[in-house]
Amino acid sequence: MVDESSNSPDFPTDGLETNQPQDLAEVLADVEGVGASPQMELPLLAASGLVKNFGGIRAVDNAVIEVAKGSITGLVGPNGAGKTTLFNLLSNFIRSDRGRVLFDGEPIHHLQPHLIARIGMVRTFQVARALSRLSVMDNMLLATQHQTGEKFWNTWFKQKQIRQEEREQRERALDILDSIGLAHMAYEYAGALSGGQRKLLEMGRALMTVPKLILLDEPAAGVNPTLINQICDRILDWNRDGMTFLIIEHNMDVIMSLCDRVWVLAEGRNLASGSPAEIQSNPEVLEAYLGK
Amino acid sequence: MIGYLVSLIIFTATYALFSLGLNLQWGFTGLINFGHVAFMTVGAYTTVLLSVKGVPLVIATVIGAALAAVLGLTLGVSTLRLREDYLAIVTIGASEVVRLIALNEEWLTRGPLGIPNYPLPLEELTRPTLFSKIGMIALWTAIFVLAGWQLVQWMRRRVDRLGREMAVDKKPPVSVMKLIWGAAAVILGLVLYGAGAIALSNYSYKAGLMLLLVTVLALVYWRLEVLVKSPWGRVLKAIREDEEVAKALGKNVFWYKLQALILGGAIAGIAGAFYAWNLTFINPDGFIPLITFQAWIIVVLGGTGNNAGTLLGAVIYWAYYSGTRFLPDLLQALHSIMPVVPVSIDDARLGAFRIMVIGLLLIVLMMARPQGILGKKEELTLGR
Ligand SMILES: Nc1ncnc2c1ncn2[C@@H]1O[C@H](COP(=O)(O)OP(=O)(O)OP(=O)(O)O)[C@@H](O)[C@H]1O
Ligand SMILES: [Mg+2]
Repeated sequence: MVDESSNSPDFPTDGLETNQPQDLAEVLADVEGVGASPQMELPLLAASGLVKNFGGIRAVDNAVIEVAKGSITGLVGPNGAGKTTLFNLLSNFIRSDRGRVLFDGEPIHHLQPHLIARIGMVRTFQVARALSRLSVMDNMLLATQHQTGEKFWNTWFKQKQIRQEEREQRERALDILDSIGLAHMAYEYAGALSGGQRKLLEMGRALMTVPKLILLDEPAAGVNPTLINQICDRILDWNRDGMTFLIIEHNMDVIMSLCDRVWVLAEGRNLASGSPAEIQSNPEVLEAYLGK
Repeated sequence: MIGYLVSLIIFTATYALFSLGLNLQWGFTGLINFGHVAFMTVGAYTTVLLSVKGVPLVIATVIGAALAAVLGLTLGVSTLRLREDYLAIVTIGASEVVRLIALNEEWLTRGPLGIPNYPLPLEELTRPTLFSKIGMIALWTAIFVLAGWQLVQWMRRRVDRLGREMAVDKKPPVSVMKLIWGAAAVILGLVLYGAGAIALSNYSYKAGLMLLLVTVLALVYWRLEVLVKSPWGRVLKAIREDEEVAKALGKNVFWYKLQALILGGAIAGIAGAFYAWNLTFINPDGFIPLITFQAWIIVVLGGTGNNAGTLLGAVIYWAYYSGTRFLPDLLQALHSIMPVVPVSIDDARLGAFRIMVIGLLLIVLMMARPQGILGKKEELTLGR
């Protein structure tokens, strides 16, 4: 069942306490700021006590994470730390062995993945997954939620309404494609996109679902520097419009420039959490990255 | 000759209908169904057995299709949550189980003896009035005009694109071949239309069945085209491409797969009814696994995920199949010139030989044109 660390956002600060007492006050202030007025600032996503074993490997071990509404939250950690697995647990693509996930105050760890997407938490994949033999536009249109034309019988009796919706969604999709610089590719096969463009398409597709929270798994990996800047700019734009992000990223520049708060995972366990600057100067984090 | 063409049209259209069901499952949704004939068996036996008991044919057919759909539902519910290869394995097994039930439950199906003398559609219409003959020919004409119109539209788009391509980079016009094929299709269509019209004016049971079947085929084709171009069809295609993505975007993958399985099964069930009406006698030997693989050949030949391609695949398959019927005569003729050529081969060997050759042709096609005849080349060269 849920263990004692389940509702403790200060769990990661335990690590800080022993190593960096000078930063503790600041971190705790941060944490208490979240906890002080729960009715006002309930975190959008709060997961605790998450455990996942793959055979003998404990990929995620009692992990805790919180994402504040309107924030860009980072999730970092060395290769194999369990970040992607944690995403899979949050979105329920993989069932957790233990732990709970609250989204907007509601438990979601029992929901099927597609239902989680429908209530507003959409994820992307570490290796961008374009639907190759669909056009870029169809990739976008697919993402629209609650489409009349997705119900079998409606395709018989509600053609007019379906056409109308398609027209509207097409325009919305073109707007988004325009903002990520893919408008000129709208009617090409998605399989014709470069790796970086696929990452952008995944983000556009996620946005198309009108979510409350977008989970991005390494949006900048394998992307050329100009495109990385573009991706960061878009994330900031959308964040300014009120979108919340949780981002896994190895590129520290991206993390530093985007994130309000960063969570560090190592060997499936929380190592630290705090502002990007704190994380960068945390010796435990450095040790985890550079090896003991 | 006319009679032969009519029975060829019936065979082709039955297989086209049957294969459209498979194309929905495999071509659009990516479900591997190696037991498609099971749906046909259920549809055929249900329709026949109910109509023998006096149930009106329309209702019997609808129940047949519904039971085939239930089979799809059962297979889907039991396997779709597992890894995808389970469906392939279970469907193979299911088709054999269904056939063996038909073979062994003699109280129901008369086993290997089969069922003769069941009610056939339009049976009482032995001498249609001039008026109803004109009506039937008008319907026949309408279907061909619509089909021709589709073809003309398609060719016009081709010509447009050809013009653009030539204007842009003056490449040799790759689409010319397609236009030639289009013209060939028009000629073939006219021949079939003529044969059908003559057959309808000298009305016979087979002519009536042909009209009914082609009408049903046209309706199913049209509905499927609407469906696969709708947002519903987009979800199916997304599942075929990558179901994790569909899931991540809020689509109930399981439910859509189930729908494809059910709908494809129901279509195959209707094809089964026509199959039975054409044979006028059914027994379990008519529902061997080979029929499933004929549907697979048809779908792959025409280009998976393309309904028009499936129709074309059925035409080509049956053109080939009926063409090789005359192989013994050809061998006979060759033998009289070159005595080394064997005089004749028996039916069993001829059958095996035909399958062998079509296998060979498929291999050649897959090497020269892996996307199938109407498939799009670009789709194959795309990175995943
Ligand atoms: N499906 C699986 N089956 C077995 N082991 C797995 C599975 N998925 C992940 N693992 C293991 O779990 C551990 C965590 O993997 P995960 O992919 O979550 O790491 P990550 O933090 O995303 O790493 P990276 O930065 O390289 O993407 C690794 O040891 C990995 O080998
Ligand atoms: Mg990862």
